[in-house]
Amino acid sequence: MIQAALAVGLVAVSAWAVATFPRSVLVFLLFQGSLLFAYVARIPAWLRAALLGAALLVLMPAIGYFNGYYLEVATQVGIFAALALGLNIVVGLAGLLDLGYVAFYAVGAYSWAIFGSAQANQIFGGNAFPLAPIWFYAFLLVGLLVAAGTGVLLGLPVLRLRGDYLAIVTLGFGEVIRVLANNLDKPINITNGPKGITPIGRPPLPLDIPYSEAFYFLVLVIVGAVILANRRLEDSHVGRAWEAIREDELAAQAMGVPLVRSKLLAFACGASFAGVMGVLFSAKQVFINPESFTFLESIGVLSMVILGGMGSIPGAVIGATVVTVLNLQVLKGLSLWLNELKNAGVTVLGYSLANLPTQLEPAKYERMICGVILVLMMIFRPQGIFPVRRRSRELAER
Amino acid sequence: MTLFEARGVTKRFGGLTALAAVDFSLESGIASIIGPNGAGKTTLFNIFTGLYPADAGVVTFKGAPLLGRRPDEITALGICRTFQNIRLFANMTAIENVLVGMHARVSLGLWDVLSHRPRFRDAERALQARAGELLARVGLRDSANDVARNLPYGDQRRLELARALASEPSLLLLDEPTAGMTQGEAGALMRLLRDLVAELGLAIVLIEHNMRVVMEVSDRVTVLDHGEKIAEGTPREVQTNARVIEAYLGTRRRERRRAAG
Repeated sequence: MIQAALAVGLVAVSAWAVATFPRSVLVFLLFQGSLLFAYVARIPAWLRAALLGAALLVLMPAIGYFNGYYLEVATQVGIFAALALGLNIVVGLAGLLDLGYVAFYAVGAYSWAIFGSAQANQIFGGNAFPLAPIWFYAFLLVGLLVAAGTGVLLGLPVLRLRGDYLAIVTLGFGEVIRVLANNLDKPINITNGPKGITPIGRPPLPLDIPYSEAFYFLVLVIVGAVILANRRLEDSHVGRAWEAIREDELAAQAMGVPLVRSKLLAFACGASFAGVMGVLFSAKQVFINPESFTFLESIGVLSMVILGGMGSIPGAVIGATVVTVLNLQVLKGLSLWLNELKNAGVTVLGYSLANLPTQLEPAKYERMICGVILVLMMIFRPQGIFPVRRRSRELAER
Repeated sequence: MTLFEARGVTKRFGGLTALAAVDFSLESGIASIIGPNGAGKTTLFNIFTGLYPADAGVVTFKGAPLLGRRPDEITALGICRTFQNIRLFANMTAIENVLVGMHARVSLGLWDVLSHRPRFRDAERALQARAGELLARVGLRDSANDVARNLPYGDQRRLELARALASEPSLLLLDEPTAGMTQGEAGALMRLLRDLVAELGLAIVLIEHNMRVVMEVSDRVTVLDHGEKIAEGTPREVQTNARVIEAYLGTRRRERRRAAG
């Protein structure tokens, strides 16, 4: 009861605070924290659903009205959450360490980028392209299928590999895709090389609200679908077969799990989510080039999965949130704050902050801080923020 | 038609001949395979279940050839096994382990899973009910939601049995199912196996070191030594077979000298 009141109060107060102080990063973090509290608090399921639903469907867009950047953050979090969920299938459930996951994201992104811009004219001649923006929705499916096919393509040669060897091959695969994107501008200009592709068509959205708000809802719908698909897969014979392969490949096979088909399915499913998000990403950015799909991106998504808890759906979402918010907000906010203090000449313990070296800028230490957090997590909470909770099954009374 | 028949099964690991033209057949009931360590018993199981390829020989099950098939295909045909060094899915619950065992009997597609059609929900409910029954059968009903890794040793062995039964086999291969059990627990397990044979018409092949269990429960006993079949027959016949006694206890020096000279 107290927790319920606290949860409602926190969400309401923090949302009001964000509206009142739209520039304060701390207040926005408080809002996110209140959502986390609502998720973990011991409150009735309907109340939790209502709180989170209201926060995502009403409060977040409203906050975006006061500070558009927050909406951008939320959209990014959504995209990365879906990516982390896709990788979670491959790494968390099936136990296949994939270090080139971003390749599938790239495949999806380029599939819409090429046809949603004038780029396709370079391949086919004429000027039939760009396709009408409405085609974006068809390309969500195209991106899904192309990425799934690419996933199978990667899966086939690596079926016999495990652990380190698998990781190295997938890493190489990720690089191959990026290098291809970088160099396929001749003899036929397919990807436009390092210059990238722009402008990419943005989907028409049926809502009569600012475009970024409508796009946020689009991301929300797609992430919702991804989460639903993940939950259903996990809670079926398919998901159980993946977990069995992760636990003991040989025993799984002896119990009737077809190894080849299950592994390929895991690669295809994981890849297909990345493909869809890639299509979404290219439409959101309007511009893409190979720099968006580096090895570090793969590692970033993997760290989200590990941070949140391998194999756990809420874990993947919270992992994506923590890493994205850290990168986009906390470190930037810290940099800004430090600069302000420096410029104001504040002294701390007799040391004038104006004397601080100019290199000291937290935003530049993004990777280092991320790494430190990961190391600390591995020491103190190796199972992740939201580790997998085994589902209890009710057995009929006999 | 013989349910299960193996003829001339041969397996070499480099220069070592693990199995030399072993014959084995089973119609029904419980057959045991015994022999000293390294005799090739588990290797035989691994060939029967498709985990190792054989170098020579023919294995048929219900008239269908087995060699060259994948393990999951063999399981789908109706042969399932347990492992000597328990190989449960350690981080999954007991009931999830059993549910994985049913994989070969699930006929749902990816779309059924994603769309959650009534067909899927009914099938899933039926699977779960059956898994519960199987767990109850081996006495693990109350541990259904325990993570396999946390179960006591004897329970893990029983869970492996339930998981193997989940694939609805007509032939069950059990690799040392009573290892680490007390004589009482082993006896209870053997009674369970006997019941399963009587009820389901299941045929069982046992690899066992516990001689009391073997002699009590087996209809036939096959003895392997250094990859060769040295004896076969009823428990009584095998017990009095000179070559078997030699394989297990060795020979006296005087006898050996006499044999040599």
